[in-house]
Amino acid sequence: MTTQRAWWKTALGVFFTLVMLFPVYWMVNVSFTETRDLRSSPPHWFPWNPTFEGYEAVFAQQLPALGTSLLIGLGCVVLTVVIAAPAGYALALLNLRGGRTLNFLLLVAQMIPAVVMAMGFYAIYNSLGLLNSVGGLIIADSTIAVPFGVLLFTAFMSGIPRELLQAARVDGAGAWRTFRAIVLPMSRNSILTVSLFAFLWAWSDFIFASTLNRNGDLIPITLSIYNYIGNNTTQWNAIMATAVVASIPASILLVVAQRYVAAGVTAGAVKD
Amino acid sequence: MSSTPTVVGSREEPRGAAGTRPAVPHGRRRRRTLNPSQWTALGFAAPLLTYLVVFYAYPLWRNIDLSLHDYTIRAFVQGDAEFVGLENYAEVFSSSTFTTALVNTALFTIGSIVFQFAIGLALAVFFRSSFRLSNVLRALFLVPWLLPLIVSASTWAWMLNSDNGIVNSVIQAFGGEQINWLTSPDTALLSVTIANIWLGIPFNLVILYSGLQNIPGEVYEASSLDGAGPWRQFWSITFPLLRPVSAITILLGLIYTLKVVDVIWVMTTGGPGDASTTLAIWSYREAFGTGMPSFSPAAAVGNLLIVIALVFGFLHLQLQRRQEAS
Repeated sequence: MTTQRAWWKTALGVFFTLVMLFPVYWMVNVSFTETRDLRSSPPHWFPWNPTFEGYEAVFAQQLPALGTSLLIGLGCVVLTVVIAAPAGYALALLNLRGGRTLNFLLLVAQMIPAVVMAMGFYAIYNSLGLLNSVGGLIIADSTIAVPFGVLLFTAFMSGIPRELLQAARVDGAGAWRTFRAIVLPMSRNSILTVSLFAFLWAWSDFIFASTLNRNGDLIPITLSIYNYIGNNTTQWNAIMATAVVASIPASILLVVAQRYVAAGVTAGAVKD
Repeated sequence: MSSTPTVVGSREEPRGAAGTRPAVPHGRRRRRTLNPSQWTALGFAAPLLTYLVVFYAYPLWRNIDLSLHDYTIRAFVQGDAEFVGLENYAEVFSSSTFTTALVNTALFTIGSIVFQFAIGLALAVFFRSSFRLSNVLRALFLVPWLLPLIVSASTWAWMLNSDNGIVNSVIQAFGGEQINWLTSPDTALLSVTIANIWLGIPFNLVILYSGLQNIPGEVYEASSLDGAGPWRQFWSITFPLLRPVSAITILLGLIYTLKVVDVIWVMTTGGPGDASTTLAIWSYREAFGTGMPSFSPAAAVGNLLIVIALVFGFLHLQLQRRQEAS
């Protein structure tokens, strides 16, 4: 009885998952469809004659964009961790005065729409000559991740036993050494979670890229896809191939680091 | 060993170490200013504080500044924009787009939230009892959320394409008529809302699922001993016990949905006309979407959006605080 019920549930679960992931399947399917079959009616449900022309176009044209996105993602990870981890330490373990206010400001910062930030950054970068630069885009993208990172680090580091820090202090370690030798190694998982989100958000960003880096020599992949849609609306197989390639980091991270993803989503929303 | 800290220790080190020494003279200084450990804490928080001032407060200030002046591209370059006070706000409020954008924002947000939450909750309850493959399938549900928004949005745009989209093909196979999803004013907003619901389901599922994990299994066991069926269990146990988590999920969803630009912009650019223009899209279009940027009204709309987001934000904080207190 119970096993039967479980099978029934598994079947239903597979069905739900298939429905949910249909758009993803469709993206992959279209990416393998030949250009002349794109307009056929009804559309081809399976790529019976897979073509790689879409992917050839990606590798011929999109490699610089993928490299730029990688660079921006990694830059954003470094910047976010370097700023957020020490701040988390100060808030969680060093009893920073005004910590509650700072926490509150970080929560508010997360609510500010990116389009508003984009306008502010545009005005500033315009006068500083930072428009269309990778560095400028890294800074702008990091504003999505830094408040999240600080809150996550604070939440995690608050759980580090104080006795450990006390012991380190007795052994003559100062605040910096304690941070480097005890707090950071213990926070490995939260560093991974923060890095993962900082990377994904920077990689996926479209608003900052399309406003601050519109005419740059190095454009990220999201902007590249967008320009592609504008330029050749007939070559949807190439567009979808680019989209598939742009989804690779997300897919890898989902497989490799699924529990960090779930941890990051629930952080701040659920208290346990 | 004791020499290493001076090498790596930067400025904080001597002060941090000083705290461990039973040094009497420090006592006096401590009373006058911040005590040494506070200076250490401040040192570690300094990068963040600087960052917040330079990369949050300053852009926001520039945005307010934009909304109070009449910035044209020329004024932007020369830096001599005229101060116009609240004129931009008056212009925004009296614009014919304002009501449309406000109504669209409300419809888009409420429509997205209601369905994301309902579907997310149903799935969370479904996945609550583990079964074969349940963890794998639940992980797969995260995929739409992890994909770059532009990828999902362009996929939906092609699926909803009038002539070659799979959606219309299925509708026509069942004898229906072709629907111009993205190009008809009647369905454009509906289309982007559907795509956004799809995007939001994973987030709702994950949060509600972990909320369900916190409800002890014994509660369910006791109620089934009392003869409560699944339906009854949902309404008298799951739903009330999940209320705090639900409230927070919904508010976070609201704050997130108010901000959405990418999805709508890629699918319809807010059109046709203003049919799918929300406040965020309006702001983006004014500033960056046309050849003739008008930053000042765009900034005014953006600031309006901040106010709306903050109202819900404070509601969220209030709820969270109450939850922590209980």
